[in-house]
Amino acid sequence: MKLITAIVKPFKLDEIKDALKAAGVNGITVTEARGFGRQGGHVETYRGAEYKVDLVPKVRLEILVDQAIADKVVNALVKAAGTGKIGDGKVWVTEVSRVVRIRTGEEGPEAI
Amino acid sequence: MKELFHNLAQVTVIEDDPVVILGQQISLMWIVIGAALVIFMQAGFALVETGFCRAKHAVHVVSTNFAVFGLGFIGFFFIGFAFAFGGFSYSAFGMTAPVGKALIGSGDWIFLWQGGWALSGNAITPAVLGFFLYMVAFMDTTATIPTGSMAERWKWKSFVAWGLFCGAVYYPIIAAWTWGGGWLARTWSSMSLGAGYVDFAGSGVVHTVGGVAALTGAIVLGPRIGKFDKDGKARAMPGHHIPMAMIGSFILLFGWFGFNAASTFAATDVQFATAATNTAIAAAFGAITAMMWITRRTGKPDPAMMVNGMLGGLVAVTGACAFVAPWAAAVIGIVAGVLVIEAVFFIERKLKIDDPVGAIAVHGVCGVFGVLAVGIFANGSYGAGWNGSGSTGVSGIIKGDWGQLGAQALGAGVIIVVNGLLSYTFFKLQNKFTKGGIRSSAEDEIQGLDIPEMGVYAYPEFAGAR
Repeated sequence: MKLITAIVKPFKLDEIKDALKAAGVNGITVTEARGFGRQGGHVETYRGAEYKVDLVPKVRLEILVDQAIADKVVNALVKAAGTGKIGDGKVWVTEVSRVVRIRTGEEGPEAI
Repeated sequence: MKELFHNLAQVTVIEDDPVVILGQQISLMWIVIGAALVIFMQAGFALVETGFCRAKHAVHVVSTNFAVFGLGFIGFFFIGFAFAFGGFSYSAFGMTAPVGKALIGSGDWIFLWQGGWALSGNAITPAVLGFFLYMVAFMDTTATIPTGSMAERWKWKSFVAWGLFCGAVYYPIIAAWTWGGGWLARTWSSMSLGAGYVDFAGSGVVHTVGGVAALTGAIVLGPRIGKFDKDGKARAMPGHHIPMAMIGSFILLFGWFGFNAASTFAATDVQFATAATNTAIAAAFGAITAMMWITRRTGKPDPAMMVNGMLGGLVAVTGACAFVAPWAAAVIGIVAGVLVIEAVFFIERKLKIDDPVGAIAVHGVCGVFGVLAVGIFANGSYGAGWNGSGSTGVSGIIKGDWGQLGAQALGAGVIIVVNGLLSYTFFKLQNKFTKGGIRSSAEDEIQGLDIPEMGVYAYPEFAGAR
């Protein structure tokens, strides 16, 4: 079992959601997040004084998937999330040792 | 013809003529409608100031705007109204006799009035009460101006004292001298200056007076923690809700029609339409000029500066709106739109004074300009007999009359000196005799005043808002 975590542009969320469903994903968790990457934010002015917008709004996705479809899901996500411009975000995959569905007590791939 | 109608409105000769009485009744209604509109401006101030502050102080800032209405009102109810208007009467809306008499001074040199304390006594008629309601609304506008410049670092109990002081003493002084028939209004007689000091709806009495307190209060408090970096360079502290501030500024525009148009004190004086239209003209030109000027200065049409530009135009046209032609209202708006932005920069960058909402620039600087604008742009078509003078119409330098500008400069100077000293002394003394001073502790300020002072968050669901 794998946990796919992705940081993406908020306005891409709907497209990504559809692509993930098409790739066989049953459920996702979405969190509003803020952060900076290599771009490092940008400078704006308010009432004549400059300030740096360095924590840009992002969306964080967490997706539990079976080993078998992990690569397919990541590829679908990357394709859907990309705009080719700076700030598109990142996606990474981690190993998951145990998963339990709380309602039924099912474990392992059955619980995904 | 216009002059004839105007004189009929001002000099009511046949008191029991049913037409005259009907005119008085309609005019009194106009004043009460005006009062309701001006009181609604409190909502506009609350939205503008709260929108321009940070989320962690939002409950505190909106609460000062809320409470100052009642605090100022109570001070004005008990003694402020008597100090300011004990000697006032105006038959156009049926207030045929004053409720009191001079308290300090006589003749051309009256400094305070008395009578009608707490609206009690036989002299209190519906006309007096309608007039009181209108005047208390103006006072509350003054009272709420410093809540903007002093936002995010002003202790609640210190603010409470200000509200009462403003309604009871601080506001009534210049009101007595300008609108109550005091010495500034009589400078046409005592110093041969135009029609005496003229302020149609309060560029001076309300806005400059409030702006001066906003300035001295911000000086005594000092800048917010983190406003200036260690080199003294100003840092931006963006407001947390710009749409709120912009809606607030439109509510102010809406209320301002009561502020300016109803200041004819008579629905039978059709110059109210001129005042209303000139008000809108200055607001439009002020907002758009500020939009263009800030785009030129920083690259984007900063919405906070557009708001200040509209309000600056409104403040500046308030004193002159009934006396000037539409082109002059536009010029006043344009000048105010540039002036307000440059004043914000100057106050922040040169004077190193922190004013989170621009209250000093909007009300103080544009207020002084509005006072002077009467002496520049008044075209002589309105204001015959103003202040009891022999004037045939208030005339500024565009009509070749420099005397009026002299009266205006005197009035502006008096407000800056008298209200400056009075408010600075008040805040300084209060700071000295209040345990820990009038400024919040650094700990409370950093955490946000909402929980330490008010006990509730504005936006409890949003952790990031703290």
